[in-house]
Amino acid sequence: MEITLDLIEYLEKLGRIKLSPEEEERTLKELGSILGYIDKLGELDTAGVEPLSHAFGRTNVVREDVVTNDDMQDLILSNAAETKDGAILVPKTVE
Amino acid sequence: MTTEEILRADALTLGKLIKSGGLTSEQVTETFISAIKAEDGKYNSYITVSEDAVSEACEIDKKIKAGELTGPLAGVPIAVKDNICTKGMLTSCASKMLSNFVPPYDATVVKKLKAEGMVILGKTNMDEFAMGSTTETSFYGPTVNPCGTNRVPGGSSGGSAASVAADLAPVSLGSDTGGSIRQPASFCGVTGLKPTYGTVSRYGLVAFASSLDQIGPIGKTAVDCAALFNIISGVDERDQSSTVSTKVDVDAVAGFDVSGKKIGIPEEYFGEGIDEDVKARVMEAVKFYEDHGATVEKFKMPIIEYAIPTYYIIACAEACSNLSRYDGVKYGFRPEGVDNLMDLYIRSRSEGFGMEVKRRIMLGNFVLSSGYYDAYYNKALQAKALIKKAFDEAFEKYDVVIGPVAPTTALKAGESLSDPLKMYLGDICTVLINIVGLPAISVPCGNDKDGMPVGMQIIGKHYDEQTILGFAANYQRGV
Repeated sequence: MEITLDLIEYLEKLGRIKLSPEEEERTLKELGSILGYIDKLGELDTAGVEPLSHAFGRTNVVREDVVTNDDMQDLILSNAAETKDGAILVPKTVE
Repeated sequence: MTTEEILRADALTLGKLIKSGGLTSEQVTETFISAIKAEDGKYNSYITVSEDAVSEACEIDKKIKAGELTGPLAGVPIAVKDNICTKGMLTSCASKMLSNFVPPYDATVVKKLKAEGMVILGKTNMDEFAMGSTTETSFYGPTVNPCGTNRVPGGSSGGSAASVAADLAPVSLGSDTGGSIRQPASFCGVTGLKPTYGTVSRYGLVAFASSLDQIGPIGKTAVDCAALFNIISGVDERDQSSTVSTKVDVDAVAGFDVSGKKIGIPEEYFGEGIDEDVKARVMEAVKFYEDHGATVEKFKMPIIEYAIPTYYIIACAEACSNLSRYDGVKYGFRPEGVDNLMDLYIRSRSEGFGMEVKRRIMLGNFVLSSGYYDAYYNKALQAKALIKKAFDEAFEKYDVVIGPVAPTTALKAGESLSDPLKMYLGDICTVLINIVGLPAISVPCGNDKDGMPVGMQIIGKHYDEQTILGFAANYQRGV
């Protein structure tokens, strides 16, 4: 299929990524050649084949809903860029 | 034992000597840490070298002496890929995005290594978020192949393979999503096992493509890989895909006899696009098995032609979803001077991810997006069903399937970065195995005309690590 700049911009939006104009140009070319190759899959006859998501046929696995981990609030917050009063700080979201 | 002998020894030999009192874990660990500090500047196989390894080894020596640690690899040092969480030690995934991430917990496999009494030497270099086949997309610079310094070590577990090949770790852990243990093992001339999906817990492995990712051992011998596999495998309630507890009999692996076993050779693995030297070396290894009583039969597996498209659709679809968690909020890179939340997300991701990661996120979003889902993602899941059927049929007839690990030996540095499609095509021999969750091992089987190592890939039935490790050990014993 043909890859356009509009599609690249749409994919940037979906992925929350902003590319520079040079990166967009490069991506346009590269995604074009990759998808050109991937389109080969269209030749494969899959009529009547059930899509397979798990190779072993596993379904949901559940366990008892009990807390097993310790309190690690400080440790977890230590990886956040900005924190305040035991919470993670982000730019204002509501005016 | 001299310094050189310690560095060159395999892990089980070191384990035996530590247990018998001939060596201490402290001595061995200190030898490796000094060697890493002196030599790794040439290879860049480590991102982080542990500051605490020697003092940890001292504690382990005490426990070995007291009889509290009795495992075959107690006291032996190990290198761990930098996408496996280590409590209190940087786990960067070789990305700017996680260049400040210090996990508050250990991955299940790391807990198991510590319980065995193994000493973590450090964290190894890799392609960013395990996306790549050359270890050139690392934020920390490329790793150099110890077998040829103008060559890439393969990827994405390039640092894990190179550290073992350069005698800077006796064994290591890697992860394999589409060949990321087997291909660097092949390029660096070491042995690497990608276990059956679900036999080793992925808890604490930074997710790339969850239906394909699997942690596994890299070592100097198949027997070392067998011993390490026994330590890291097992059911974990924190990983719902972890299925049954598979353990191998290490002595039986070491003494494995191939006579009467049936080997299947897919013709497509020896077709167009595969180097003549690679084909020749792998077929010589197959001949070795034939000479030792195995039967060999060629068969057709035309579905191989569709392996790459199927793999890249599934892997990128899962990756774009898994990597949506990197938003600059809870952990990871956050740029200065953002003024609203959307800006925070976009700038964190745009500045934190490298180009290959962005490309795969975009490709993943494309194949999942409205209007393309059926033609790409759903079609790939149908192809997956057909690939599984092809292997099910093969394993009705054969005990193992053998082919090359990669179409070529190690590429020259800088050759593939400019052409991502070319890099993707190099994964043709390995990706199928992840799609259907089979175990496979990469075993060095001679060199090409330039002296670079060739790898043979031995693929087994689900949960039959015993047989592929045995085949690998049998070859290594005989050659």
